[in-house]
Amino acid sequence: MKRIKTLNSASLKESACKGGCGECQTSCQSACKTSCTVANQKCESNK
Amino acid sequence: MVHIFKMFDKYIALDVNSGCVHVMDKLCYDIINFMNVKNFAPTSSEARFKLIDDLKYDYDRTEIGEALDDITELYNDGLLWSKDDFKVATDLKKNSPIKAMCLHVSHDCNLRCKYCFADEGKYHSEKGELMTAETGKKAMDFLVKNSGKRKNLEVDFFGGEPLLNFDVVKEVVEYARELEKKYDKNFRFTITTNGILLDDDKIDYINNNMGNIVLSIDGRKEVNDRMRYRADGSGSYDRIVPLFQKVAESRNQDKYYVRGTFTRQNLDFSEDVIHLADLGFEQISIEPVVCDEETDYSLREEDLPKIFEEYEKLVKEYVKRIKEGNGFNFFHFMVDLEEGPCIIKRLSGCGCGCEYLAVAPNGDVYPCHQFVGHEEYKMGSLHDDKGLNQELRSGFEQCNVYTKPKCKDCFAKFFCSGGCVANASLINGDMKEPHKLSCEMMKKRVECSLYAKAALAED
Repeated sequence: MKRIKTLNSASLKESACKGGCGECQTSCQSACKTSCTVANQKCESNK
Repeated sequence: MVHIFKMFDKYIALDVNSGCVHVMDKLCYDIINFMNVKNFAPTSSEARFKLIDDLKYDYDRTEIGEALDDITELYNDGLLWSKDDFKVATDLKKNSPIKAMCLHVSHDCNLRCKYCFADEGKYHSEKGELMTAETGKKAMDFLVKNSGKRKNLEVDFFGGEPLLNFDVVKEVVEYARELEKKYDKNFRFTITTNGILLDDDKIDYINNNMGNIVLSIDGRKEVNDRMRYRADGSGSYDRIVPLFQKVAESRNQDKYYVRGTFTRQNLDFSEDVIHLADLGFEQISIEPVVCDEETDYSLREEDLPKIFEEYEKLVKEYVKRIKEGNGFNFFHFMVDLEEGPCIIKRLSGCGCGCEYLAVAPNGDVYPCHQFVGHEEYKMGSLHDDKGLNQELRSGFEQCNVYTKPKCKDCFAKFFCSGGCVANASLINGDMKEPHKLSCEMMKKRVECSLYAKAALAED
């Protein structure tokens, strides 16, 4: 494919199958205390 | 849903439901735009015919055919216009155990920050109350008891200023360490401090016991000191900068954040982020102020063009510095495209009011730190046996991107998870009505972070 570069796999679809363990960090415990930024958190089961 | 945008020299498409990010040439961008506007699927023969007719004066017919073939291939592979089949996952969040707690060990503060959502630390009460060790320990018991099978439990020592009650912080940490052995849990502690009372002993203790430390500073001296000052009016910058630098170095530039707030009075906030980076900090978070809209420093809709311009300026410098080998992390540009949170977490976000709670010094329980002191949101108390208000809890539990009408067609919904519930509740009076200004800034930050990924992926 010469005109399009895809940066990542269909990670959201894949995560629907194996996700939901709930062991990951709560977003407001890291550095956002007044907004909601979730997508930058790490998945614990991928560590 | 496919969201397309151009930033600097990059044409970028985000396939919202698969999470795939594509970087492309202008022709592909124009084709996807055409499909979006006309609501065509790329496999439709009518779409092909009309597309060629539409673009024939700008592009060669063979080129259009080639580009369309590429787009069709991605579509057939489920990487463009993929279906949203996640709604069923919202049930997985029901009755989830409690795993995180914001512990307000002090409702007193040694600063008088002008924009403080905590009412200068007092949270709408008259006196500056400190939490007792007994209440702190009860909070740990409560957390463990309600954590079900969750192993990782998080506690943020918050305030006011938690260092004003540091002996209690230490006592609670030690107690929690006993509990984690007994119940096979793993406590992760964070402390959020303005830094005024930091000294070598406290830094050592925090480094040995806390997985994260959030250090409050707004950036340039004049910006910080205009908002963050003591009762006598003197600014905090000169006191805290060397201490924060010491903390950052002693933690090997990891597992901490310098965190600040920008307001209408420093709309050129990219300069503050860069200033913090120039001071040697590598983990930086600067957030928009949340405050009464009537104040002279509140952000307004008319400020958005300038704010967007600043985010773009910042991301350009962010990418440049990473490429040059002297990069820094900006919390709101960090996106992990491969190993980020699962879709189940992304549907409902921070979990406030169900997975995440805040405890006030007197033992009252609230959905999160921002609700503390708002009596109508009080969920219960650690000092009685009544348990949590299940009606309130259920309301928070049902809060996700599918129950918020404004999120339905938003490309950023799986990045912000429907936005801050406290902002929605306290500003709009409805937890399912996201705060518009915050949404607009969030969308811009998502675009900037995807641009950064695209720029850093260049050969």
